[in-house]
Amino acid sequence: MSRSTLRSVAVPLAAVILGLLIGALLIVSQGASPVTAYSSLIQGGLGDGDALLRTLQKATPLIFGGLAVAFAFKAGLFNIGGQGQLLVGAVFAAAVGFGVDGLPTFIHLPAALIAGALAGAIWGGIAGALKATTGAHEVIVTIMLNFVAGNLTDWLSANPWKDNSGNNIVARTPLVEDSATIPTLGAVPVGFLLAVITAIGCWMILERSTYGFEVRSVGQNRNAAHYAGIKVGWTMASTMAVAGTLAALGGAVESLGVDGRFEAGVNVGLGFEGITIALLARANPLGVIPAALLVGLMEAGASRMQFKAGVAPELIDVIQALILFFVAAPMIVRWLLRMRQGDSEQLRLGAGWGNS
Amino acid sequence: MTDLLLAARNVTKQFPGVLANDDVSVELKPGRILALLGENGAGKSTLVNVLFGMYRPDGGQIIIKDEVVDLRGPDDAISRGIGMVHQHFQLVPPMRVVENIVLGAEPTKRGLVDLDEARLRVVELSTKYGLEVDPDALVEDLPVGMQQRVEILKALYRNADVLILDEPTGVLTPQEADHLLRVLRGLTETGVGIVFITHKLREVLAIADDIVVLREGRVVGTTTPDQATESGLAEMMVGRSVVLRVEKQAAQPGDVVLQVDDLKVNDDRGQLAVDGVSLQVRAGEIVGVAGVEGNGQRELVEAITGLRHASSGAMAIGGKPLTNSSTRQIAANGVGHIPEDREKHGIIAAYSLAENSVLNRYHRTPFSSRGIMHREVIYEHAQSVVEEFDVRTPSVTVAASSLSGGNKQKLIVGREFSENIKLLVAAQPTRGIDIGAIEFIHRRIVEQRDKGAAVLLVSAELDEILSLADRVAVLYDGKLVDVLDANVATRERVGLLMAGITD
Ligand SMILES: Nc1ncnc2c1ncn2[C@@H]1O[C@H](COP(=O)(O)OP(=O)(O)OP(=O)(O)O)[C@@H](O)[C@H]1O
Ligand SMILES: [Mg+2]
Repeated sequence: MSRSTLRSVAVPLAAVILGLLIGALLIVSQGASPVTAYSSLIQGGLGDGDALLRTLQKATPLIFGGLAVAFAFKAGLFNIGGQGQLLVGAVFAAAVGFGVDGLPTFIHLPAALIAGALAGAIWGGIAGALKATTGAHEVIVTIMLNFVAGNLTDWLSANPWKDNSGNNIVARTPLVEDSATIPTLGAVPVGFLLAVITAIGCWMILERSTYGFEVRSVGQNRNAAHYAGIKVGWTMASTMAVAGTLAALGGAVESLGVDGRFEAGVNVGLGFEGITIALLARANPLGVIPAALLVGLMEAGASRMQFKAGVAPELIDVIQALILFFVAAPMIVRWLLRMRQGDSEQLRLGAGWGNS
Repeated sequence: MTDLLLAARNVTKQFPGVLANDDVSVELKPGRILALLGENGAGKSTLVNVLFGMYRPDGGQIIIKDEVVDLRGPDDAISRGIGMVHQHFQLVPPMRVVENIVLGAEPTKRGLVDLDEARLRVVELSTKYGLEVDPDALVEDLPVGMQQRVEILKALYRNADVLILDEPTGVLTPQEADHLLRVLRGLTETGVGIVFITHKLREVLAIADDIVVLREGRVVGTTTPDQATESGLAEMMVGRSVVLRVEKQAAQPGDVVLQVDDLKVNDDRGQLAVDGVSLQVRAGEIVGVAGVEGNGQRELVEAITGLRHASSGAMAIGGKPLTNSSTRQIAANGVGHIPEDREKHGIIAAYSLAENSVLNRYHRTPFSSRGIMHREVIYEHAQSVVEEFDVRTPSVTVAASSLSGGNKQKLIVGREFSENIKLLVAAQPTRGIDIGAIEFIHRRIVEQRDKGAAVLLVSAELDEILSLADRVAVLYDGKLVDVLDANVATRERVGLLMAGITD
């Protein structure tokens, strides 16, 4: 590993360790043993095939959500709309999943995924297009679109697309057809593989393609991008559409591979975790994979930790918040590590704030 | 009474792959002006940044007021009475002048900022030193020269008795520069010491008390104005003799390449900045645009290169109408553009030199095909630009932000010259560049002309225009007041036109 990669992982790594250490103090203060707690956490997340499956399933939408934030960030855009994009992706994928039958898997499954992805592209693209044409700040617009998506998907799953089997009263769609279900290979869900491939694809696009060059140029210096002949507005709009697609794929995989349907309320909050993941990954698409695995593992093992060590599962949220705090405040970590600040490794997620 | 205001003793500063300062010692005494000279990348900015606490030296000592200090950062330097005016101003544009000046050192009354008190002190300071500026104007509305005054006032407000200025005259009109030099002289009479970086030897001879010349990080000479000459200093800087005059044959103009008709362009605030300009530039000639900065040059260049919309009029290149076309379309018609503001338009600081070397060409073969960038080709291209234009850098993979100011400029010039162009629009092409490199770039501009390119040269340096241009167009208040042939364009005549005096 080169020195610069080493330096760029130093802060997130230190943040994780610090978070776990403070978590250990909290566990002690509860009168429990941190060793038992953490070992059962790992057991619950990695101990056997089931545990691993749970971790990978939890990590999957986190990867997509993290990518949705990280990709937009490369263009200097702060995508808070992962939640809404994920919801529309989930409901439209489910709709195609249960609404059509008689198709072979190799057509039905991709069709359902594409339906979800398109819905997300539109959802993200609206925010991007408004930014490009009117200057409306993407943070505000994506937050508002989250509410719209929440209500829209509630309504869709309670009215036209409601599951009317038996005497169901829950706002949910029917189960998707087998031909639209994402399979699992042993302990590895195919959705997870899709997420990993997508992350690698994002990295390749950003680092190796002319489109990625345009996205990064717009993110780094809009004036210079304009000078270079890049269509700044179009690049921002399309980047948001890509970001929306990424988050929506996470939702589609939830519907088609984990829940088997769309159910209102099930995915609430999941979209926001993408921000945590992207921060932890320092907006690097490849870094999103380990970051999501770590958080996925903690969430998958939380109940076993509660059961074995008697530690409330909310502790996991506290540790996550601590890690995020240390990543977002790298000054503290640098000070603890006695690191000198180099400007190359600075990441300012707030860079999009305030400048239109 | 302090003897030494500020000094570096055997200061060494290493960057990855570059020894930027190598055993450098300089001294500043009260009431004196120390000029730092040297080629691009010689280590001048690095040295003053070390003195200001921005960089920690790897070896050697810093002395402030006879005391060896270990600076923890710029705050530390400021509290010890050091003020610095960076080439890139550190102001808050939407705030008022007085607010900017007191920011971080606000006088308070019952816990609230006492702006009236602040305003009084600012007015007092500015009249005392001849730095008049409206304390209630918004910084974003001020021209560059005024913003620089605000920066100087900021330092004086904090009772600086050392003022460091890194290429302060690079962005000023000659008149503003002269005024600044007088202000600095005035300051020394109150005991302030000044460290001053510039590439203009005339200024050094006019104002400095001591001159230190750096080359490749080392002090290669120390002298005083009465013992030095421009050519002697130039030779000391670059290690060879420099031809200050451009050798060129008479132009042989061909077909019209750039045709501008009755062009009207607004500035950022929506005011008419270019007011019906008509202009032709032919193949094989250099047309210089002279004018006091702020008379529409920027808007004219931006409209021609596609960065800005023209509100009316027409523009064509090689006979092809391109009014209000995109920057991409205009570049595709064989236009090279050296932008006036290199940090704003010319480079992306976080990108490597390699990426910057194809900033406006990445989408074309051989740098990319079918949407995929070809990194090896880009590296080779960057390597050749760096070699040909003598960009001082350890490698083409480092970020452009690590280049010295003049080397950034050389990279941009090299990029724009790296392919055949029909029209070169060069705005302040040699800003911040050392005289050795100016000589080189001037030769290359003439070479482009002789190869048949049309050149539109905009410069705040009248000397640059007079020595390069075959015809001189003078802009005043957005209007083209006259176009003179080079043989009748004397300094006096152009100077009068620039002031709007036409008869
Ligand atoms: N932050 C940095 N990281 C790496 N290298 C740097 C950095 N700053 C400067 N350098 C290198 O140190 C050398 C000296 O740079 P410096 O900016 O001091 O030159 P300078 O004399 O001010 O030149 P100029 O006249 O072009 O402004 C250059 O080779 C430059 O590439
Ligand atoms: Mg410099």
